[in-house]
Amino acid sequence: MIALETEGLSRHFGGVYAANQVSLRVERGARHALIGPNGAGKTTLINLLTGVLRPHAGAVRLEGRDITRLAPQRRVALGLVRTFQINQLFAELTPLEAIGLAVSEQLGHGADWWRLAGSRQAIDERIARILEQFHLADIMLERTAALPYGKQRLLEIAVAIACAPRVLLLDEPAAGVPESERHEILAAVTALPREVSVLFIEHDMDLVFSFAERISVLVNGSLLAEGTPGEIARDARVQAAYLGEEAVVA
Amino acid sequence: MKHAPGIASLVRDAGVTARVAQYLARRARWRPPEIAFWLLAAATLVALPGKHLILAEIAILGLFALSLDLILGYAGILSLGHAAFFGVGAYGAGLLAKHGLIAEPLIALAAAAALAAALGFATSFLVLRGSDLTRLMVTLGVALMLRETANRFDNITGGADGLQGITLGPLLGRFSFDIAGHTGYAYSLAVLFVLFLFARRLIYSPFGLSLRALKSNVLRASAIGISVNARLVAIYTLAAAYAGAAGALLTQVTAFCSLDVFSFERSADLLMVLILGGTGYLYGGLIGAVVFKLMQDWLATATPQYWQFWIGLMLVVIVLVGRERMAGIGARLRAQLGLA
Amino acid sequence: MATILIDGIAYGMLLFVLACGLSVTLGLMNFVNLAHGAFAMAGGYVAVSLANRLGAPFALALAAAFVAPALAGALLERTLYRHVYARTHLDQVLFTIGLVFMAVAAVDYFMGSQQVFVRIPAALEGRFELPGGVHIGRYRLLIVVICGLVALALQAVLVRTRFGSRLRAAVDDARTARGLGIPVSRVFALTFAAGSGLAGLGGALGAEILGLDPQFPLKFMIYFLIVVAVGGTSSLVGPLAAAILLGIGDVAGKYYVPKLGAFAIYAIMIVMLVWRPRGLLARADAR
Repeated sequence: MIALETEGLSRHFGGVYAANQVSLRVERGARHALIGPNGAGKTTLINLLTGVLRPHAGAVRLEGRDITRLAPQRRVALGLVRTFQINQLFAELTPLEAIGLAVSEQLGHGADWWRLAGSRQAIDERIARILEQFHLADIMLERTAALPYGKQRLLEIAVAIACAPRVLLLDEPAAGVPESERHEILAAVTALPREVSVLFIEHDMDLVFSFAERISVLVNGSLLAEGTPGEIARDARVQAAYLGEEAVVA
Repeated sequence: MKHAPGIASLVRDAGVTARVAQYLARRARWRPPEIAFWLLAAATLVALPGKHLILAEIAILGLFALSLDLILGYAGILSLGHAAFFGVGAYGAGLLAKHGLIAEPLIALAAAAALAAALGFATSFLVLRGSDLTRLMVTLGVALMLRETANRFDNITGGADGLQGITLGPLLGRFSFDIAGHTGYAYSLAVLFVLFLFARRLIYSPFGLSLRALKSNVLRASAIGISVNARLVAIYTLAAAYAGAAGALLTQVTAFCSLDVFSFERSADLLMVLILGGTGYLYGGLIGAVVFKLMQDWLATATPQYWQFWIGLMLVVIVLVGRERMAGIGARLRAQLGLA
Repeated sequence: MATILIDGIAYGMLLFVLACGLSVTLGLMNFVNLAHGAFAMAGGYVAVSLANRLGAPFALALAAAFVAPALAGALLERTLYRHVYARTHLDQVLFTIGLVFMAVAAVDYFMGSQQVFVRIPAALEGRFELPGGVHIGRYRLLIVVICGLVALALQAVLVRTRFGSRLRAAVDDARTARGLGIPVSRVFALTFAAGSGLAGLGGALGAEILGLDPQFPLKFMIYFLIVVAVGGTSSLVGPLAAAILLGIGDVAGKYYVPKLGAFAIYAIMIVMLVWRPRGLLARADAR
């Protein structure tokens, strides 16, 4: 069963193709990594998948449904959720509020203007559960901007999970996180439920090879290779693409 | 902090849920300084009978500033033309009264506010797209356009002379407007309070929280499923209604309405009012209105012709000194009165 | 009709000269300077003082109308403006509105509130008559010529000089430019001064057509903003095209539909913004 697929997705900036006829398939329940040298177009692809960027050609299908023309927030409602490589959080809100927002939206109560926030028991419970799951309960009342980076990164993922995704796009979840706090990120990612299909971009090869069941390699906007971790590790073209690159090996 | 799984985790879970609910509920509770504020305001109804004319103006300005806070402080929309909605409400109420279409002031107020809301809704799509500059320009343009319209169709609006001959029926059929402004002030204060209550409820709702989110990070807001444009249109329309209500109040309380309800100075002064009090916690507009009005009154007697100069100087100084530093007092006010 | 076209073009080019400084300032420093019109007003009053009161030649008055606001701009930039660059747009708006209020009141105090006109030399009065019954006001022709030369000179500076390439680099990406060693703040100071000077020149040239009084910066603020917002900040051609479009639209509107003519610019503004929210010639990936 295919959770997410693209067909001939293309997007150019001026004369440069950031995405060139990309046809990608993410299976249901997948743990699918997207790797490639810097500037390969990985984040652009995520932006195309989520609707932040419009493609110049090609299509995106979520569980069989064509979402190429849908606005970003509509895709979220259908279950396609992403995280950002550089934390995109609400600096002045608390983790509780941020997760609360995501949960409210997801349950269809985000636009309620007549009830006080927090008056729905079901929502409060869900907020609590997610805060617990990501070990954010202790700091749930702190201003997000005041949190240590590792916690912010956890919050980034927590907010995405709060949206009840069916397909989760993680853009370098461990990026910028100090060594000592990485395990929390890893644990959070590993603990993701099986029903959620995960496509993640990562440079950390340890994380990639320990977590991914399938790997796609993106170079200069085109899909170079795709296969199991073992196949990719042995692929000469992939090695050539990375030659000279400082592959970040933790 | 590790606990054994099972019952202990259930208890712990319940603990977090309870704390979540508690925090959210406590956020919205009325704090003592808030209650004190409104008690004080109510007290002025009896304690300062000689000042009711200027107090009414302060209440109206406060409502106007509140409406701007909704879009500027909460949704982050920079507007240089909020007077457009004020003016529509003002002329709406004026024309309704002058031509005897609606005799009862409160109903006329509602009608005028609805008219302003319609304009807000119609122009909201212009502020959705584009940068700060575009918004400045568009909002300014709309206000100027309306002023020009009012000027051109002076057979209806009275042009530069203003709308004459506005007479109002008694409020709720019983309370006539008097020269000393007692009814006018009570009316304005009551309208302000009711609308404030509604806004306060809104701010502490999920909708209100989503506004703060999209002001903070619009990219992330849409990435968690918030329909950003829909929210912006909604709050912009509501803010327009509030501004229209303020304009209508002014016309009804002063029995006069002229082109300056649309003026740029009005929109600019309003920004200053909000800055004086602080944005994003609802009371900023009200406090700013008090400070501004008192200051303006004093300046106008001290230098009748050039008081705009001093207003301008004050703006420059406020910005240079830094709103954050000024908000040292403001921060404490905010913590006392609302969101910290 | 050709007369209207020419009048519109003259008006538009005048608007361009008036607003181009604002466009570069916004594009370069992301700074919303609503007080830009005050420099135009200053130039106008300088020219008025020189030409009317001191009887100076028109050309000298124009030159002074450029120099004085340029100097004032440079001074203000170094002393006041630079403290506000890093602030939010709201702060910048408040700050520059404050400056406008002060400027308007000050000019009212020193110069009086009535409208003033620059005494233009006799040679520039009257009109040329072209075949086909087309009239071109001599003064308007001068405006077209001067503004055209300014536009060409600006383009030459941008494209041919080192300063120009530094400026373009800084507008494109200030951080990278700094990283390359380009003295962005100095580039900006010079540009700000030049922009203010041009505004002053525009104010002096335009006094005859637009009318000059202490309310000038407020009356014309919307025009400058429209030119910059519609024309974009990444080129000169954009604002020039926008300004001419605006000029023709305004003149034609007022002539053909007098009752509603003033709305032409607002209509243009709304149409342009709906059609191209980021400006006429904005790049697809513009900020």
